[in-house]
Amino acid sequence: MTTVWVATRKGTFRVEKQGGKWTAKLAGHAGTGVNYVARDPGSGRLWALLGHGHWGAKLSVSDDGGATWRDNAAQVKFPDGARYIGQDMFEDSTSDFGVGWRTVTRKATIQKLWTIAFGGDGTIWIGTIPGGLFASRDGGASFELNRPLWNHESRGGDLFNGDGTGETKWFGTPASEGGDFAPGIHSVVVDPRDPRRVLIAISTAGVLETRDGGETWRSRNRGMTMDHNPDPEAEWGHDPHIIDLCRSNPDHVWQQNHAGVFYSANGAELWRKVSVPDSGVHFGFPVSADAHNGRVAWLVPGRADNQRMAIDGGLFVARTDDGGATWRQLRKGLPQECAHDLVYRHALDNRDGVVVFGSTTGNLYLSEDRGETWTAVSHNLPPIHSVRFG
Amino acid sequence: MVHVHLTRHLFAFFPQLEGRALEVEAADVAGVVAELDKLAPGIGFYICDERGRLRLHVNVFIGNAMVKDRRTLSDAVARGDKVSILQALSGG
Repeated sequence: MTTVWVATRKGTFRVEKQGGKWTAKLAGHAGTGVNYVARDPGSGRLWALLGHGHWGAKLSVSDDGGATWRDNAAQVKFPDGARYIGQDMFEDSTSDFGVGWRTVTRKATIQKLWTIAFGGDGTIWIGTIPGGLFASRDGGASFELNRPLWNHESRGGDLFNGDGTGETKWFGTPASEGGDFAPGIHSVVVDPRDPRRVLIAISTAGVLETRDGGETWRSRNRGMTMDHNPDPEAEWGHDPHIIDLCRSNPDHVWQQNHAGVFYSANGAELWRKVSVPDSGVHFGFPVSADAHNGRVAWLVPGRADNQRMAIDGGLFVARTDDGGATWRQLRKGLPQECAHDLVYRHALDNRDGVVVFGSTTGNLYLSEDRGETWTAVSHNLPPIHSVRFG
Repeated sequence: MVHVHLTRHLFAFFPQLEGRALEVEAADVAGVVAELDKLAPGIGFYICDERGRLRLHVNVFIGNAMVKDRRTLSDAVARGDKVSILQALSGG
């Protein structure tokens, strides 16, 4: 049976087709913020990334399909000595705004568990805010910070053993929690052919790749451009909102970026901007790549950053079948009046022709024909953070 | 012994503590949290972050007084004290 796991501001929901009708049911964590829920295809275990308002970020697991959950015995924690360079706001009477910004070095503590990914070799990867990448190679019995990435030259070098360069190219992100503008890792995609090849993405730094299981990392931002930097082609500072790759042809990589939609047919060696603003395809958060045809992808565009909601009150999904050369607006079954939904970066997924997405206004829509027609699964869910088949 | 009172919210995650008289031997608040973590493994990471600091939206009182040291939880506790661990409210 096809199952969709929906992570919301107020709990985890399980969506399945019963009696010919897709139905959502609460499946745990009632009242708790859930950032992401996914099933490890290797072990069958469900992993939920929780954000308790008072009690911090927690990893929760279920081995019985979501009937019962427990805190994972090993939680994700930054090791002693983990520091990062960030920006602090301070009172500044000389500023017209009364505040200024200064560069500081902070001790790292987990603010948010943001995404989880599973490698074919059993490695479990978790991306966090601030931007830590944690790996477990013992099935989740322990998680270890990836230090080559944490100490990467792009973020000021090794702060465990000194002050580094004092300069980071990883900027803050408004997606941070608690007003703490720390860059976070929202995308981790593992190459199905080779689990040692992993792509990650950070707003607002860019895309990085390892080909040796995390021992070395390099930027993968060639061809990307930005409109929030005087140098649109600078190596760092890009704002990918999400990346995804084609599972059967992983050299085809898709990216919804703050500054448009990008596509690479050569494993992120070189990106090409494939936005078509006239087709409503430019700004948004999610992208979902087809598992079989690398030239096929879905988006849910939004009005650019000054609004961050559906364009002109009409909700649509955009699909390309030709590597981004052309896009179709798929609106049948979606509301076209007074619909101001925003779809978060993890809240769109596809599998075998079924496409599903959820919005921050609690609407969950599903299509069984690649997006041609849509039905509403629910209009009454809490704000939706992620939607994943599993 | 120090008497510990927990917000009922924590019993949702640590039901084994509900309905029990929680009494621990400790000299300071950090010691109280450490003893609680022995009774209910993991609860320390609910109360404090991985640096041992009290979480931003958690309050600890000794008697009716809020603790002063939220960074290392060094406030002393004495036999017979009541330590309350509560979620902070910010209105609404």
